[in-house]
Amino acid sequence: MSANKMEVAAMRSALGRARGLGSAKTGTAHWWAQRLTAIALVPLAIWFVLAVLAHLGAPHAEVAHWIGRPVNAVLLLALIVALFHHLQLGSQVVIEDYIHGEALRLAALLLMRAVVALLFLAAFIAILRMAL
Amino acid sequence: MARNSDGKWVERPLSPHLQVYRPQITSALSIFHRITGVGLGIGSLLLVWWLVAASGTDADYARAAGFIGSPLGVLLLFGWTAALVYHFLNGIRHLAWDAGFGFERAAAHASGKLVVIMTIVLTLLVFVVGLVIW
Repeated sequence: MSANKMEVAAMRSALGRARGLGSAKTGTAHWWAQRLTAIALVPLAIWFVLAVLAHLGAPHAEVAHWIGRPVNAVLLLALIVALFHHLQLGSQVVIEDYIHGEALRLAALLLMRAVVALLFLAAFIAILRMAL
Repeated sequence: MARNSDGKWVERPLSPHLQVYRPQITSALSIFHRITGVGLGIGSLLLVWWLVAASGTDADYARAAGFIGSPLGVLLLFGWTAALVYHFLNGIRHLAWDAGFGFERAAAHASGKLVVIMTIVLTLLVFVVGLVIW
C-alpha cells in the first residue's frame, strides 16, 4: 500500500515538478495577474469615479482638454491597461467554466480576446489623440 | 452515484448541486461577484464609446453624452455604478482572503453583510452627488 502511494507520488516527472507549471502550463501566472490588476484598479477606480463625478454635464472641449492633460492621460492609460487585462482574465475563467466542447470553447476564447483587444486599442488611441 | 473503474456503482461525495444547495450569503455573493464582473465587461463598451466620442467632434460627443443622459442611459449608469461598487468592495474582500484574512465563517458572513450594506450606501451616495453636480 505504501509502495503504491510512492509510485503515485512519482508519476509526475522531476522536470515537471521543478517547473511547477501544472496542467494548465502557466502555473500561477493567471491567478497572480488577476490579483495584480485588481490591486492596481483599486486606486485607479476611485480616482476615475471622482473624476467623472467632477465632469458630469461638462462641455466637450472641457472634457477633452481634461483627458488630454499629462497626468490624467497617464492615469487613464494605466486604468484601461489594468481594466482590459483584468477583464480578459476574468472572461477567460467564465468561458472556461461554462462553455464545454473543445472547439466552441477555443472559438469563444479567441473571439473574447479579439473583442477585448479591439476595445482596449480604441480607448488607447482615443486617449492618445487627446493627449498628443 | 457513479461507477468505479470496475463498473460497480459507488456512492461518492458530490460537489453541491446548485438546485438542491441551500443558498447562503457566501455562495450568493460569490456568484454575484461573477455576474457583476460580466456586467462591468459589457459596461466597458460605454467607457470606450465615451473616450472615442471625446476624441472626436462635438457632434460625436453630443451623441454619446445624449445617450448617457437619456432615461435608458441613466438607468444603465445606475446599474453600472452599483455593479462597480459591489465588484470593487467584494474584490477587496477577496484580496483579504488571498492574503489569509477573514476566512472564518463568522468573519466571512460579517464581511459579506458589510459589502452589501456599503454597496447600497456608496451607490446611492455616488448617484446623489452625481445628480446634484449634473
